[in-house]
Amino acid sequence: MHMADALLSPAVGGTMWAGSLGVIVYCAKKLSGKMDEKMIPLMGVLGAFIFAGQMINFTIPGTGSSGHIGGGMLLAILLGPYAAFLVIASVLVVQALFFADGGLLALGANIWNLGIYPAFIGYPLIYRALVKKSSNTKAITIASIISVIISLQLGAFSVVLETKLSGITELPFSTFLIMMQPIHLAIGLIEGIVTAGIILYVRSLRPDIVDNLEVVKNTYSAGSLKKVLIIMSLLAIITGGAFSWFASTNPDGLEWSIEKIYGKPEVPERGNPVTENLSKIQEKTAILPDYTFPSKGEEQEKSPSWPAVDTGTTVSGIIGGIMVLALVIVFGMGIRIMNRNRAKT
Amino acid sequence: MRFDEEFFNLGYLDTLSYKDTFVHRLDPRIKIIVTLIFILFVISFNKYEISGLLPFLLFPVFLLTAGNIPLKAIFKKVLFISPFAIFIGIFNPIIDRQVLIAPFGIPVSGGWLSFFSIIIKFILTVSTALLLIAVTSFPGICEALSRMKMPKLFVIQLLFLYRYIFVLLDVALRMVRARDARAFGNKGKDIKTFIRLISVLLIKSIDRAERVYQAMLARGFNGEIKVLKKYKLGFTDLIFGISSVLLFYIFRNYNISNYFGEIIKR
Amino acid sequence: MSHHIVELKDAYFTYPDGTEGMRGISFKIFHGESVGIAGANGAGKTTLLMNLSGHLIPTKGEVSIGEITLCHKTRQEIRRKVGFVFQRTDDQLFMPTVYEDVAFGPVNLGLPENKVNERVKNALEMVGCYNLKDRPPHRLSEGQKRSVAIATVMAMKPDILIMDEPASNLDPRSRRQLINLLNTFEHTKIIASHDLDLILDVCERCIIIRDGKVFADGPSEKILLDESLLEENGLELPLTRQFYHLKRSS
Repeated sequence: MHMADALLSPAVGGTMWAGSLGVIVYCAKKLSGKMDEKMIPLMGVLGAFIFAGQMINFTIPGTGSSGHIGGGMLLAILLGPYAAFLVIASVLVVQALFFADGGLLALGANIWNLGIYPAFIGYPLIYRALVKKSSNTKAITIASIISVIISLQLGAFSVVLETKLSGITELPFSTFLIMMQPIHLAIGLIEGIVTAGIILYVRSLRPDIVDNLEVVKNTYSAGSLKKVLIIMSLLAIITGGAFSWFASTNPDGLEWSIEKIYGKPEVPERGNPVTENLSKIQEKTAILPDYTFPSKGEEQEKSPSWPAVDTGTTVSGIIGGIMVLALVIVFGMGIRIMNRNRAKT
Repeated sequence: MRFDEEFFNLGYLDTLSYKDTFVHRLDPRIKIIVTLIFILFVISFNKYEISGLLPFLLFPVFLLTAGNIPLKAIFKKVLFISPFAIFIGIFNPIIDRQVLIAPFGIPVSGGWLSFFSIIIKFILTVSTALLLIAVTSFPGICEALSRMKMPKLFVIQLLFLYRYIFVLLDVALRMVRARDARAFGNKGKDIKTFIRLISVLLIKSIDRAERVYQAMLARGFNGEIKVLKKYKLGFTDLIFGISSVLLFYIFRNYNISNYFGEIIKR
Repeated sequence: MSHHIVELKDAYFTYPDGTEGMRGISFKIFHGESVGIAGANGAGKTTLLMNLSGHLIPTKGEVSIGEITLCHKTRQEIRRKVGFVFQRTDDQLFMPTVYEDVAFGPVNLGLPENKVNERVKNALEMVGCYNLKDRPPHRLSEGQKRSVAIATVMAMKPDILIMDEPASNLDPRSRRQLINLLNTFEHTKIIASHDLDLILDVCERCIIIRDGKVFADGPSEKILLDESLLEENGLELPLTRQFYHLKRSS
């Protein structure tokens, strides 16, 4: 599930960007110089493979609807954590640019949600622990399913957390969670089965490929996992701590800092800070006000509860908004015509 | 069929990115930075904001028209709004029923305001992201990333990915067509067939990577790949960057829509 | 005749899975010669080419290019002398733009930037593709890709040009252009192909490979017109000659 720009606050988006960027730099550092040169084209082509593979759909048993693979765990199994993370990140970059899947600010969150968990938790901690060199079909299948499910649950949980912390949605945390987690349990089960199926089928058709990849993978991933986990958890604690501090001291995060730097935001006549905060509290506590859509009479008494409301401003906002739209369209058409004229001459 | 459509869309956007216009010639670094600042400004508005967001449309419209990008290339994608944004946003009108404004005596609840605010933010951010790639070739973006100190290995990964997306999509497309030609209804699209199909695609991909590696060795590959430097930060780039950010700043701090409205009402 | 440049002495190659790709091949190729390699599918053509270009190393016997005998130590040096044009252009062209792709080899040779630019320009002009230099490979036609692939190799200034199925996937006009282009090169050329007309047009000498061994070796005009020999190897007379035959027999 891709996170979207429109659902993120700058603070959350920025934090996730910083986190993902940090891990990208770390992985690249970890790999460069140490890995087999073969990995360079292999990573690129496998990224393209995941990209193409995600476009092939299949029927989900029992539902009749269709789905496609995510491929994060598959990459981790094939390439090992560091290379897999870079490949997943690169695929998400291309999707964000060419398909606008999520958007550019949400890209950081998406790389984190879809990359970190399979590459650094699902594969090394679960899959590797369950699958030994001589493992049979059953072990591989079970390991894939469990590792994929756990990675996806963590990913889905992160989506809920990020959205909720951004404060754009009105959905209560628990409701949101109940909506997201079970769906991803089902998705994870299918993805796990498919992942195991691919690994096993490739192994039966071309055992040499699987063996070769093991060799290539081992050139760089030997022995350093414990350190990674320590760094990872430290990173998580630090970012988490910094983030919650930031979030608690300034409820609006970056919005707040932008206000601080640039002065008062959009509605200057909002009144003094006390009423502003009061209204904020009111807004937060009144998530489910016992309120049905009013007849015109009722609305008069309700609207004063929001101090920012000024019917006069609203009307000029609407009229002005329409004007702005018209001007933007005229501006665009103007450039178009200019271009056309230039092309003619 | 979805696959063909996605494939052609990807190719279309890619073709557009090799045009030669004023915005295409701008340094990719400036375009990336300005775009990110734009997105930050847009999503920094509070969740009920609508009128203040509208002036920001100027930027995507500028990229679209100055970059000579056909409207439909972007419009279709944006219309096909991410199901997730709608899915999350649609709960707002249901849950947040507090009436916040009543223009012309029509009461509007906070939930609807925040829903439309999400949609407008979505349109702005998505169209700008798509326009960024439509007016900047992917190798250009990679060059910018590499010059903005992104790890080289990651930039090279992006370049290889980009190069082989088109090749593998073509292979995958042919395989899917072959499957669908013999699949009637949903039979043949089951998981088992899918696993076989994608496994074969995976094997073909790994074999291809091996051949590519051989081709690289044949030309003296020794682990180093140079990322080309083509662009130079010029005066025009700076003017574009500074004036865009200045404009965003004004839009963010002064509600242009309201000012226009006030003038009209007077 | 001048000094030989390629020599195989009873060369064998066995793949890790036990498949024998070459089973005792010997021949010499001289400076400036162009040699076609023909044979049925699986006869060992590609294995032979890979052994000539240092991608594989013979498991027994000897391959030498010029003065150098191919082994693990010398394979880099051999690759510098031998330019290999792969059968699949999408494997050969791996960089994001034509220019960068052609420049890849010269950059790896450690040449300074102005020399690299010069080589790229010359190589692309040689194949008539300089105007394509800023295009990404996926925006080229198959014929253009083939020409660019040749340019990537020519930019390395190889002594020997080796090509695997250069005319596959080409339309007739692109194929004709390729043949004309190949005929302008004065390099030593080794071309493996099923396209016997191409071999007839480009190569004066032809070697037929069968089951990993040299089955026949001689002037193209002679070998490629020997109907029974060709038939034995799963090949047919070049199309132009079939027509010729028809005319003669009627």
